[in-house]
Amino acid sequence: MLQIKDLKAGIEDNQILKGINLEVKAGEIHAIMGPNGSGKSTLSAIIAGNEDYEVEGGNITFNGKDLLELDPEERAHNGVFLSFQYPVEIPGISVSNFIKTSITEKRKAQGLEPIPTKDLLKMMREKMELLSIKQGYLSRNMNEGFSGGEKKRNEIFQMAMLEPKLAILDETDSGLDIDALRIVANGVNKLRSADNATVIITHYQRLLDYIVPDFVHVLYNGRIVKSGGAELAHELEEKGYDWVTKEEDKKWA
Amino acid sequence: MSEQKKQSEDELLEKVTSTEYKYGFTTDIESDTIPKGLSEDVVRIISAKKNEPEWMLEYRLKAYKSWLEMEEPNWANINYTKPNYQDVIYYSAPKQKPVLDSLDDLDPEMKKTFDKLGISIDEQKKLANVAVDIVMDSVSVATSFKDTLAEKGIIFCSISDAIKDHPELVKKYLGTVVPARDNFFSALNAAVFSDGSFCYIPKGIKCPMELSTYFRINEAGTGQFERTLLIADEGSQVSYLEGCTAPMRDENQLHAAVVELIAMDDADIKYSTVQNWYPGNAEGVGGVFNFVTKRGICHKNAKISWTQVETGSAVTWKYPSCILKGDNSIGEFFSVAVTNNRQQADTGTKMIHLGKNTKSTIIAKGISAGKSDGNYRGLVKISKGATNSRNFSQCDSLLMGDKCGSHTFPYIEVKNNSSKVEHEATTSKIGEDQIFYCNQRGIGTEAAIALIVNGYCKDVLNQLPMEFAVEAQKLLEISLEGSVG
Repeated sequence: MLQIKDLKAGIEDNQILKGINLEVKAGEIHAIMGPNGSGKSTLSAIIAGNEDYEVEGGNITFNGKDLLELDPEERAHNGVFLSFQYPVEIPGISVSNFIKTSITEKRKAQGLEPIPTKDLLKMMREKMELLSIKQGYLSRNMNEGFSGGEKKRNEIFQMAMLEPKLAILDETDSGLDIDALRIVANGVNKLRSADNATVIITHYQRLLDYIVPDFVHVLYNGRIVKSGGAELAHELEEKGYDWVTKEEDKKWA
Repeated sequence: MSEQKKQSEDELLEKVTSTEYKYGFTTDIESDTIPKGLSEDVVRIISAKKNEPEWMLEYRLKAYKSWLEMEEPNWANINYTKPNYQDVIYYSAPKQKPVLDSLDDLDPEMKKTFDKLGISIDEQKKLANVAVDIVMDSVSVATSFKDTLAEKGIIFCSISDAIKDHPELVKKYLGTVVPARDNFFSALNAAVFSDGSFCYIPKGIKCPMELSTYFRINEAGTGQFERTLLIADEGSQVSYLEGCTAPMRDENQLHAAVVELIAMDDADIKYSTVQNWYPGNAEGVGGVFNFVTKRGICHKNAKISWTQVETGSAVTWKYPSCILKGDNSIGEFFSVAVTNNRQQADTGTKMIHLGKNTKSTIIAKGISAGKSDGNYRGLVKISKGATNSRNFSQCDSLLMGDKCGSHTFPYIEVKNNSSKVEHEATTSKIGEDQIFYCNQRGIGTEAAIALIVNGYCKDVLNQLPMEFAVEAQKLLEISLEGSVG
């Protein structure tokens, strides 16, 4: 589904990603871990198409398409979803209106008519239940006055509504208390299928207690320095990032 | 910001400035036009053409004499070449049969104009439950639903008809809220106004439909000076909407209207405006000069609510105001003012609290794009006797691009210590992070801006009657197409 080859990218003259290679297949869950400043969020921003970052080399293909050639909205139409680390407020626009616009635009790009409002509301109610979201939520303005946890849950709600092929969860666990974490993880697990894939970007291992990844990668200094199965996350939790980073630093010293 | 991104934003901004004005057609109908220029004779001609009674002529002449002594105001933060008032045509009326028995007798060309404007009178009659009065150039040409309204004792007609048919009401109220001498433009209007709408809602009557006036400037070089007088008698209720468009012309056209609202005890007036006069082209050539005086007076427990969505005009000078004379009366002002290209607007409101326990709310949303300049100017005045009064003002500005400007000039005067005044102001730009967030959800940049702007204006748009809120939303989208901040 997603192939990243020798991706080099940065902001202005500062190279952040120094050659990333990653392959994600349908049905898989990958976790990308690493200390602060290792380039985790940069990677997710580039996949989503944030133009603040400049790609200097390498390529990304998504279901056979050159992803870097597509505008951010075209990537979304093709099934790429990013759960933002810091979701943005859109004052005056209700959650239901925003999601309706989002789905309508996606369908328009696919040459489809908008979904009847009745059906859309029905779907929203189902997904709200899945994520234990209370009544009254749909008419609140996008992320305005939301707590950190509510914002993250709102991201996963949109993911549930948009049914992406590839979902990237950027630090979705930060700001969530343990109950919210469980609900969000439960939602992600239920949405999992043989046709979609998830990339979880996280600093801590705790989300991975609830969503068990097929692969774990350690990102450090703009490179994936170690890959393994779910057990790698536990090992990291135990030994700390120093365990990998010291070795790496020696190599490049 | 990357080079590529900067470039695409520049392109989008370019596109904004080339967005076309949709209503820029002219109508080829014969009109009865008098020579340009203003003099006592011209005032007499206008009055004579309208077969006005002597008292009306006197009112006009008095106003004209005042105007001669007055100077055009220049305190507003707008820059324009002052019109040569001797170069304006003060009266132009579409030629038509003197009396229209039914709308079918309308000039077919004029009917076409209405269709282009999206006001099919027949459709309006059937669907929207809106009574429409249409003012083309200077004369009211069609008023629908007159009979239905008359059953309830509601008078809704052109002001010329009102002068003939209801002189006692016009005489009693005309110029009581906006005296002819009030300002330069109100004096000019009082001297030369040729038509406008008149409305009277009797005691205790709730007007069963929206009342609407559609203003259209057509003839080249003409000024349009409408006069609107709306009286809501005790305990009555009315919602009134006005819309405005004009053809695209290279020269500036002058529009100086006066609107007076009278809300008697316990009455409720809602006055909404969707103003889309021609704003001039991207270089600032042409467009309407819009110098308008709008004011309402509230008696005991009465309420006046002004809502305006302003996207047009080259220059706007306009401050819909409320005089809260009666105890417990309420004044509201909800405004969205968009400026783009080279447009300039100096607009806001005045809330004059005289009665006890009076309340006012001001929500003003400015949006500036292109090389435009948007200003909010507002006065909240709480007099000594207006004890326990309250005002809440919120003035927000949204900037798009880096070539536009926005200023807020709030004036607050409070003369007692039991009243409370709150003022909030913000200035923001549409964030790139907001746009990217929308993009990531599959919403393209144009649609994202429309969405964000609609959200920003929601508090104001929500005040408009449903069918006009949709129209206003579309209008905002058109006037801001492609602008990225």
